Amino acid sequence: MSEEPETVQVFNVLNHELVPVHEVLDEDEAKALMARYGVKEDQLPKIQVADPAARAAGARPGDIIRVVRMSPTAGKAVAYRFVVEY
Amino acid sequence: MRPSTNVPKKIGSIEFALLSPTESRGLSATKVITADTYDDDGFPIEMGLMDPRLGVIEPGLRCKTCGQKVGDCPGHFGHIDLAMPVIHVGYVKTIRNCLRATCRGCGHLLLTESEKGQFRARYDQYMVEAKDTGPLSKRIVKVASTAQVCPSCGREHGTIDVDKPTTFRENQHKMTPSEVREWLEKIPDEDLPLLDMNPEVARPEWMVLTVLAVPPVTMRPSITLDSGERSEDDLTHKLVDVIRINQRLQENRDAGAPQLIVEDLWELLQYHCTTYFDNQTAGIPPARHRSGRPLKTISQRLKGKEGRFRSNLSGKRVNFSARTVISPDPNLSINEVGIPEASARELTVPVRVHLRNFEWCRAMVERGPRPEDLPGGIYQPGVNYVFRADGRRVKVTEKNREEVAERLELGSTIERQMMDGDVVLFNRQPSLHRMSMMAHKVKVMPGKTFRFNLPCCPPYNADFDGDEMNLHVLQGEEARAEAEILMKVQENILSPRFGGPIIGAIHDHISGCFLLTWKNPKIAVEEASQVFARIGFRGNMPEVHREGPDRMYVYGKDMFSCILPKGINLRFRSNACPPGISDEEAIERDYLVDIVDGELLSGAIDERAIGAFKGVLLEKIARDLGNAEAALFLDRVTKLGTGYITMRGFTTSIDDEDIPDEAQRDIATKIQRAERQIDALVESYNLWQDPAVSPKEKEERGLQALPGRSLEETLELEIMKVTAQTRDGAGETASHFLGMDNPAVIMARCGARGSMLNLSQMAGCVGQQAVRGERIHRGYQQRTLPHFKRGDLGASAKGFVASSYKTGLSPTEYFFHSMGGREGLVDTAVRTSRSGYMQRRLINALEDLKVEADNTVRNTAGTIIQFTYGEDGVDPSRSVRGTPVDLAQVFTEAEKELKRKA
Repeated sequence: MSEEPETVQVFNVLNHELVPVHEVLDEDEAKALMARYGVKEDQLPKIQVADPAARAAGARPGDIIRVVRMSPTAGKAVAYRFVVEY
Repeated sequence: MRPSTNVPKKIGSIEFALLSPTESRGLSATKVITADTYDDDGFPIEMGLMDPRLGVIEPGLRCKTCGQKVGDCPGHFGHIDLAMPVIHVGYVKTIRNCLRATCRGCGHLLLTESEKGQFRARYDQYMVEAKDTGPLSKRIVKVASTAQVCPSCGREHGTIDVDKPTTFRENQHKMTPSEVREWLEKIPDEDLPLLDMNPEVARPEWMVLTVLAVPPVTMRPSITLDSGERSEDDLTHKLVDVIRINQRLQENRDAGAPQLIVEDLWELLQYHCTTYFDNQTAGIPPARHRSGRPLKTISQRLKGKEGRFRSNLSGKRVNFSARTVISPDPNLSINEVGIPEASARELTVPVRVHLRNFEWCRAMVERGPRPEDLPGGIYQPGVNYVFRADGRRVKVTEKNREEVAERLELGSTIERQMMDGDVVLFNRQPSLHRMSMMAHKVKVMPGKTFRFNLPCCPPYNADFDGDEMNLHVLQGEEARAEAEILMKVQENILSPRFGGPIIGAIHDHISGCFLLTWKNPKIAVEEASQVFARIGFRGNMPEVHREGPDRMYVYGKDMFSCILPKGINLRFRSNACPPGISDEEAIERDYLVDIVDGELLSGAIDERAIGAFKGVLLEKIARDLGNAEAALFLDRVTKLGTGYITMRGFTTSIDDEDIPDEAQRDIATKIQRAERQIDALVESYNLWQDPAVSPKEKEERGLQALPGRSLEETLELEIMKVTAQTRDGAGETASHFLGMDNPAVIMARCGARGSMLNLSQMAGCVGQQAVRGERIHRGYQQRTLPHFKRGDLGASAKGFVASSYKTGLSPTEYFFHSMGGREGLVDTAVRTSRSGYMQRRLINALEDLKVEADNTVRNTAGTIIQFTYGEDGVDPSRSVRGTPVDLAQVFTEAEKELKRKA
């Protein structure tokens, strides 16, 4: 049922100034993250593969996405999303 | 110690099932056939609704089924065999879905084999992933119900409609519950999972009742009134109705009565069963008591705010609590609460008797439950109960107190009456934030009210116009320690809401301190010492100055410095400081507060320094020197303020708003000018409608619409502008004549109470009244009131109040003013209910969130909600009004330090 992430895109949402940076973690980073917080994947916030930002970042189900966004309190805030199918 | 019984357990799974008729009968202790409850001698009738086999409710008797006594017997179900099946109201929707999605002929789901296969595969996948199958079933029903003919047997499928509460129609033909039941029976087990039912525990035909379970009597006890009359529970009443109709239905049917009569009775039975489950079903009248009160049946017992869940399980009535009216006491510390003696004698604290407190405990038990006051009226705590080591409870009375004291043993627990210094929780509803419930230390005092110091009013949002508050006595050492560390009033001075003080000086404290410090008044030594004496100050007197041979005085600022802690450095502008003036002018007019090492060098202390919400001085003390120091400062500053203001005297009355004739005239001309301006605006607007004016002239002299606005909007905007200017102008004129020698102005400027707008409305002009932010338009026939001409757009016709509150309003003005006032009242009423519901939903969503040690916010499942609390990890109650560090303050302090070193 999994669809291939679209390769040809008319517009890359990640280039928009209001969309925060989304990047897929590699396996080591993902492992380190899980160890740091002592959590399993399903205890992370989720993002759908179909989410425009996730598609633009080329994520597949099971990946973890790092989101770096501007925050009114902290300046820059880092969050992580576990990519799910539905 | 008894072994703990409240070991946490984890719920593995929950299964929802339907009760089958066989199961209902199996559960039943007896069949219920008679609608009567008790016979003439007051004994329960066998096979009646109060059958002794259904459980015991009278103390002393034993249950006929299980042989246990009142508290132990849980009660037992009975059953009623219904003469004809009846639809269960709670399952009408599910039944409808089943009927719509299945075939009446063969009972199979109305899906083709391939559709079925697909959905089955999807369903299996959902089960593997442990996902909710509810939405899938909904889709299946939707697909199946569109079928015209059954793919399995080719039978035509009709449309199923539900009539009001419990009647089903197939192609507009009524179906009896029996027919419905027959249909549901045909649905094969293997199709049930797709309809979100588990065939192992639930069959669809069980949603049509043939047997009605009768709940145990323990669930519907009858009450004996004082008059000896028995009053039955609402559920029992309803069951009586069901049995009666059931009997009549059976008799009529067996006697072969006409179809019509049987059907009527059947419908009546359906009605009674429906209301027995839910007496608020839409489409049928609720069953009523003889008095006209609607019966409280099963659904009503559980549902809503007063239902079992919200009122008895999520929240409960508790012991060791008290509620009474509150009143102020400025002599208490902010950490204290005054308790009436009567409450103190009733509320108790458990104390373990051990070697080191044995004599103390014994003496207290000996005093009994009503000890006499010590000489001087000093309260002494007594003991109400002794719990012996073997678990027996002994009530201490005047008669047995000596004997009980004599027999007191180590290891017993005594329930001691409250005494000074006990920690209690104090709460005012609505509990909107955590400061609505704070820990106080008890002070037992005469009287019948709870008393606390005025700085604690803002966090509780309390006043003394009849407010009542609740108090809970803590019963364990752990609880007391936790409350003292986390919930004590002083720990809540800095609010987590905005990072400033929420507890602070109010009203007279502020006026008092302002009068004491502004322009540094000279205060006679005698008066100063009197003020210090009444606040219980024990430090050194400030420097005494001499004037002439026998006048000795101290400065007000020096007096204030006496209670300032050392080491405080702060510079800020007073609340009374008019905006937009230079530092030099602020210093000259004594509005620039400068505190160096705990000495008030210049400036007036007012709301900006010590007030709740705004007080920066208070905030600084709490942050730099700790909460205990802040509490001490607050206790002193409030006493100093009230002490000084009482000695000096301070009054305000309506003649504080007296202004000279000259000012009156000035305001009158300003209002006249405004009216002329508005007339001119209206005229330029009306020009457009005038046929006598040439188009060219219209363009030149007519009102020009603002960009993006219509002509009407422009006119309203312009008029609103003029009326606002006029009110401000009148206020300016008025305040020009009301100086800082005026008590009302002093209060407004220093932030104690009232505002300059209030004063200018009293002295000058009330101004434009508005409804929904617009001038008042409502009315019939193009006018607001019959006092005006139709179509009048002038100032007074649309709600401009030219009078002041002091001169009084004209009848039309009064009417407009009431309209504006009414809107305000309605808005607050609507706002509270709406925000209350919003808060309830928010709290339900957030209640299990917690900040963990690694700064993540997680719920009880360990799911991460936020990776760093607030994204910056800052605790707002420890922040400086939201920012982690007050850089400006750090720099000034560093600069000072550098200078000192140089």
